[in-house]
Amino acid sequence: MNSDIGEDKVPLLQLLTPEGARVTGRGNSAYRKRIAGLKPEQLRGMYRDMVLTRRFDDEATSLQRQGELGLYAPSRGQEAAQVGNAYALAPQDFVFPSYREHGVLQVRGVDPVGRLEFYRGTDHGGWNPLEHNAQVYTVVIGSQALHAVGYAMGVQRDGLVGTGDPAKDTAVVTYFGDGATSQGDVSEGLVFAAVNQAPVVFYCQNNQWAISEPTTKQTRTPLYKRGEGFGIPSLRVDGNDVLACYAATQEALERARSGGGPTFIEAFTYRMGAHTTSDDPTRYRTTEQEEVWRKRDPIDRLRILLENENAIDDRFEAELRAEADALGERLRDHVRKLEPATKTQMFETVYATEHSIVSEDRAWFEAYEAGEPADAAYATAQTAVVPQTAAVQQGGTR
Amino acid sequence: MTATMERPMTDPATTQATETLTLAKAINEGLRAAMRDDDKVLLMGEDIGPLGGVFRVTDGLQAEFGEQRVVDTPLAESGILGTAVGMAMRGYRPVCEIQFDGFVFPAFDQITTQLAKVHNRTRGKVQMPVVVRIPYGGGIGAVEHHSESPEVLFTHTAGLRVATPATPQDAYTMIQEAIACPDPVVFLEPKGRYWSKGEVDRGAPVGSDTLNKARIARPGTDITLVAYGPTVATAMKSAEALAAEGRSAEVVDLRALSPVDTGTLVESVRKTGRCIVIHEAPVFYGVGAEIAARVTEECFYALEAPVLRVGGFHMQYPIAKLEHDYLPSVDRILDAVDRAFAH
Ligand SMILES: Cc1ncc(C[n+]2csc(CCOP(=O)(O)OP(=O)(O)O)c2C)c(N)n1
Repeated sequence: MNSDIGEDKVPLLQLLTPEGARVTGRGNSAYRKRIAGLKPEQLRGMYRDMVLTRRFDDEATSLQRQGELGLYAPSRGQEAAQVGNAYALAPQDFVFPSYREHGVLQVRGVDPVGRLEFYRGTDHGGWNPLEHNAQVYTVVIGSQALHAVGYAMGVQRDGLVGTGDPAKDTAVVTYFGDGATSQGDVSEGLVFAAVNQAPVVFYCQNNQWAISEPTTKQTRTPLYKRGEGFGIPSLRVDGNDVLACYAATQEALERARSGGGPTFIEAFTYRMGAHTTSDDPTRYRTTEQEEVWRKRDPIDRLRILLENENAIDDRFEAELRAEADALGERLRDHVRKLEPATKTQMFETVYATEHSIVSEDRAWFEAYEAGEPADAAYATAQTAVVPQTAAVQQGGTR
Repeated sequence: MTATMERPMTDPATTQATETLTLAKAINEGLRAAMRDDDKVLLMGEDIGPLGGVFRVTDGLQAEFGEQRVVDTPLAESGILGTAVGMAMRGYRPVCEIQFDGFVFPAFDQITTQLAKVHNRTRGKVQMPVVVRIPYGGGIGAVEHHSESPEVLFTHTAGLRVATPATPQDAYTMIQEAIACPDPVVFLEPKGRYWSKGEVDRGAPVGSDTLNKARIARPGTDITLVAYGPTVATAMKSAEALAAEGRSAEVVDLRALSPVDTGTLVESVRKTGRCIVIHEAPVFYGVGAEIAARVTEECFYALEAPVLRVGGFHMQYPIAKLEHDYLPSVDRILDAVDRAFAH
């Protein structure tokens, strides 16, 4: 589709065909080895997480339509790219997502209700990054690439690379889109990672679009080549092939953990829905293109494999459906109830240490909320109940 | 400001009628007029082409002027502003769209260290007629980084002009004056007001000096309410409520934040004797501090009460569910008015 950066002209790693068959024959044997040992229950686990991620998308989208979320950015179509990647992570690895990595966080075990706090506007995050080794969502495009590299440089300094102990060696993954590759932060991240040989994987989900702009507005070369220019081993994988995403990420993580430095992976995929719930893709793209990609649906692809290998039965499907329904119910029920605990929570984490202007603002706000006339609040301050407020109340009505 | 600003509208067909437009559409029409008028004007930004921008402010412009003049840029704000600096040097008048206030910071370096300085650094030999359009402010229930009030970061930077319209008429005129201005203009668009409607007279003269002159949005005699951009509407509502109480408030819409029209302010406060400045940005080191200092210097003996400020708290922009506790409300303004009268 996109002249010389289109998929048909650029080789990509594929281990599972769109028809759901394992790729055989010559080539890619190193990658095939990586998936050969995946047991049926692991494949079913991937399938489950992909199905639950899509259900999460559907529920979140309808919650947004009902006015329960301010916004939502669906991951529909990118489930294989994310779940395949996340299955290769070790518990001690750390991930730096953008705002669409719902499949990665599903695998990392971040509570789905918490994952929607950001989009509901009840929290700027929604989970504890240190508990899940997953930073909260990042909206400023590309900035997380630098954070990931910095974290990886910390891992190096802590001596957690190349020890040979699989429970210790640590790697970092950062996720971003095709549009993000245009940002200075991503280029600078590549520079820092390369010169430091930092244990980090740059995982670019090329879903063909940055809101309305096709990849041709960001690059004239296939994106995976971007890594090469920085001296970083790079490859393109079929992002709708969960096995290829898994194998490529595993290889990259092993390189990182063993001290081999960064890797750039371009997962070539497609954003099947709108960019976010406030986007209107009919203004810029064709149903024709959408149709082509619908036939490459990553979930269907894995299901057919499981069916062909007798790794799935009606009972499993029924249980998974029930689990998805329960997830939906839980989201519908709990998300509506998400509210900030108190109004003054907004003052609580502005600084880690007391800042007198914030204390003054807070004291003023509490008095105001309590219905005290503002000049009474001023009087209170003067009688030294809240000594710091005196000065600011002279002229500082919030 | 300069000769280029005093130009007549060139399309008589569109100059006649007054019509009702949203603020977003008024900017769109202003951009269209400026582009028809001067083929050196070009628009640059993310998603501004077929999509018409995420707020549709550039809707239909690429269809009319083509991809060379309405440029869907790479997703790179530093790139947008940095190349605009170069284009301006080549004689173009780039109008850059930053998609949301919170995303101007990758470009902040280019705006403050380059765009603002080229004219001075070249001893006036090179002008930088660049407009940086930024949707700003809150009240739309958005997620993080989509509701910021970064105005003082720009007003504090010498070399930049900073302006913000509050009505569709001003939006239409001011964007054209910003484009015609030979200096860089940070043009802050109150995104919470994009869909508010008002009369727009396309025949209104471009050259009315909106980048230097405040506007009396409502005349009054008892107290001056100073507002700009999104808070003008809140100030107007407050003035109505005060009228019902028998108090006559004058609402001054600053329009330009750098420079500030001190003359209009002084005249108003000398008349009313009381002044309240209202903005969404945090009060601490905010625009209100500058206004309060100027008004106090110039009107000390006319003042019946200290200049008061109503604005945001010193915090990162709060979560959407609490933003209405953060934004200045009519109640807070009325409260401040009571305090001003208690003196
Ligand atoms: C620095 C910055 N500029 C602009 C935006 C607005 N914006 C949000 S998402 C987006 C497109 C991102 O495209 P891409 O990087 O390809 O990721 P995708 O959403 O397709 O996964 C834009 C322009 C932003 N969030 N941050």
